[in-house]
Amino acid sequence: MTDVASSPAALAPAFSESMDRLRRSLEYVAIPIFALVVSAALFSLFLLGLGQSPVEFFSLLWRGAFGTSFSLQNTLVRAAPLIFTALCVAIPAQLGLVIIGGEGALVLGGLAAAVVALPLLGAPPIVVLAAMLLASLLAGAVWIGFVGLLRFGRGVNETISSLLMSYIAVSILNFVVEGLLRDPASPNKPSTPSIGEANMVGNVPGIDVHWGLPVGVALCVVLYFLMRRTTFGFAARVTGGNLRAAQGQGLPVGRLIVTAAAIAGACAGLAGFFEVAAIHGKANASLIAGYGFTGILVSFLARHNPLVIPPVALLFGGIAAAGGLVQRRMGLPDATMVVLQGLIFVVLLASETLYGRFKIFGGGR
Amino acid sequence: MEATDLGLWSVPLAMFAGAIRVSTPFLFVSLGECLTEKSGRINLGLEGTLVFGAMTGYAVSYLSGNAWLGVLAAGFAGAAFGMLHAGLCSLPKVNDIAVGIALMLFGVGLAFFFGKAFIQPTAPRLPSISLGEWSDISQVRVALEINPLFFIGIALAVLMWWAFRNTRWGLVVRTTGDSAAAARALGNSVLGVRFVATTVGGFLAGVGGSFLSLYYPGSWNEGLSSGQGLMAVALVIFARWNPLACFLAALLFGAAGALGPALQSIGVSQGYHFFNAAPYVLTLLIMIASSSRTRALRGAPGELSIVK
Repeated sequence: MTDVASSPAALAPAFSESMDRLRRSLEYVAIPIFALVVSAALFSLFLLGLGQSPVEFFSLLWRGAFGTSFSLQNTLVRAAPLIFTALCVAIPAQLGLVIIGGEGALVLGGLAAAVVALPLLGAPPIVVLAAMLLASLLAGAVWIGFVGLLRFGRGVNETISSLLMSYIAVSILNFVVEGLLRDPASPNKPSTPSIGEANMVGNVPGIDVHWGLPVGVALCVVLYFLMRRTTFGFAARVTGGNLRAAQGQGLPVGRLIVTAAAIAGACAGLAGFFEVAAIHGKANASLIAGYGFTGILVSFLARHNPLVIPPVALLFGGIAAAGGLVQRRMGLPDATMVVLQGLIFVVLLASETLYGRFKIFGGGR
Repeated sequence: MEATDLGLWSVPLAMFAGAIRVSTPFLFVSLGECLTEKSGRINLGLEGTLVFGAMTGYAVSYLSGNAWLGVLAAGFAGAAFGMLHAGLCSLPKVNDIAVGIALMLFGVGLAFFFGKAFIQPTAPRLPSISLGEWSDISQVRVALEINPLFFIGIALAVLMWWAFRNTRWGLVVRTTGDSAAAARALGNSVLGVRFVATTVGGFLAGVGGSFLSLYYPGSWNEGLSSGQGLMAVALVIFARWNPLACFLAALLFGAAGALGPALQSIGVSQGYHFFNAAPYVLTLLIMIASSSRTRALRGAPGELSIVK
């Protein structure tokens, strides 16, 4: 630092600049929270309209999500895949792409892991797990990377193509588990043969939560730095800001788009890996649990910021975990939580219009 | 009447019949989306509208005993979703693609929520018109049992095609879609035109949904629509925003959708899941073939975010 910078006269603008930045980041916290409160209020009206008690709903929601150590563990287990599928939305979003096919990449990542394990069943668990991990990363990366390739190479809209490919992924899963590799030992629920207890990913010592959660949080930090502190991330964000300008600067836009999409797909594939290797032990329709779709909402609520994804994923992991309890106790249909999520999504997007309107956050000029 | 053994001929016949039956919801959703996109906005939420329309149509038909009342109610429910989409997108800084995704999830969620009570009961279904009386072959007669909505859809496609070219409101919609600034200069309300276009688009998608639950497959359950609404959106791009081309594309998609069941009916069950995936793969291939990296798409409304 030079002498000039530390003089009081030069510090004043620097101070007001950092205050401005603080105010603006406060806005990014305050408006999404406001949107959550409005959603809760609207959902309460919805419940009142049905003759149900909102107080009972939200207290059951709290109990089922965070109230007991069992429910908290359940919440954490559900938050893990949400972190990965949210990253699948957040990373391409830095480049201005809206990719919503995380569900498909998760399904195929899980399937790839389960299938690769089968011929290796006699091998040491570490070998089996490494192969499974690699297979699911690769499956996800290729699947969503292809979406990026279509986007850049052919100008195919990535939102539509990625969602279409999710339907194709589900068809592939059904084809494999109901026909090709169906386990004769599981007649009621078509599945691939089990990968074996020895090859499962264990729990984090001390809590009943598998390793997917810490890995997911670590991945968020790594990807945050990749997108904010590296040349790749900078180039990606320039591309997201203005594609033509990025091309004019000679940035390899095509490679950036495909790489970001592949990273995103690998994240969702990882979700599938942990679902198979830590929870189900095989691939079946349980992989189609909607994590890919909730992940979209998580990423939007986190404003596509990887560091904000884990707490938001925790919130929605809680909503998912409490679903069973709330619906059973109040006699509500299974889709209640989907309605709540959809409502939050709609209100959240409407709240976009509030940015820059309030003087308190440095806007409204 | 005895079913005549048609051998392999039953496959093209079943695909023909399937094309007509399966294409109707595609047709309605794509016409609705075509209108919305012509006004310069994309509504990706029509999948949700379709499912909610299917549920509403079935529920109202069951409660009132009149299937046509169900169709109408489905249309109004769809219009409500269209209004919600248009209203949200009228706010500054709100993105139409993202709102579409949100409404897709919200619509499906609401449909499953309210639809749970209607999975069991049987509602009156839509009648069909028999055009196959001349034939002795029962399969042909079955294939020519055609739902009136199919004909309404064709009439609507022709009407829209004609109106876009020859009427004042067609011009207003097209101007709004091509250049908001030009539309404002002409004294039209951009947001107003888009509001009406999205609302009517939602109405049509809702009607398309009621066809699913009230005619073919003809019952309400949670697996009723699997991406038809989304495919119909993709189909509009392929049809280059031309309502008549939407009709032909819908027929093509209907035939693709009918391929799996048709093959299964003659005992080919191998690769059944892949034939079920055929419509999605076809949509993807068509999108790849009909998009372009460099050129703007011919006939694309200039204000449309997905082609800009």
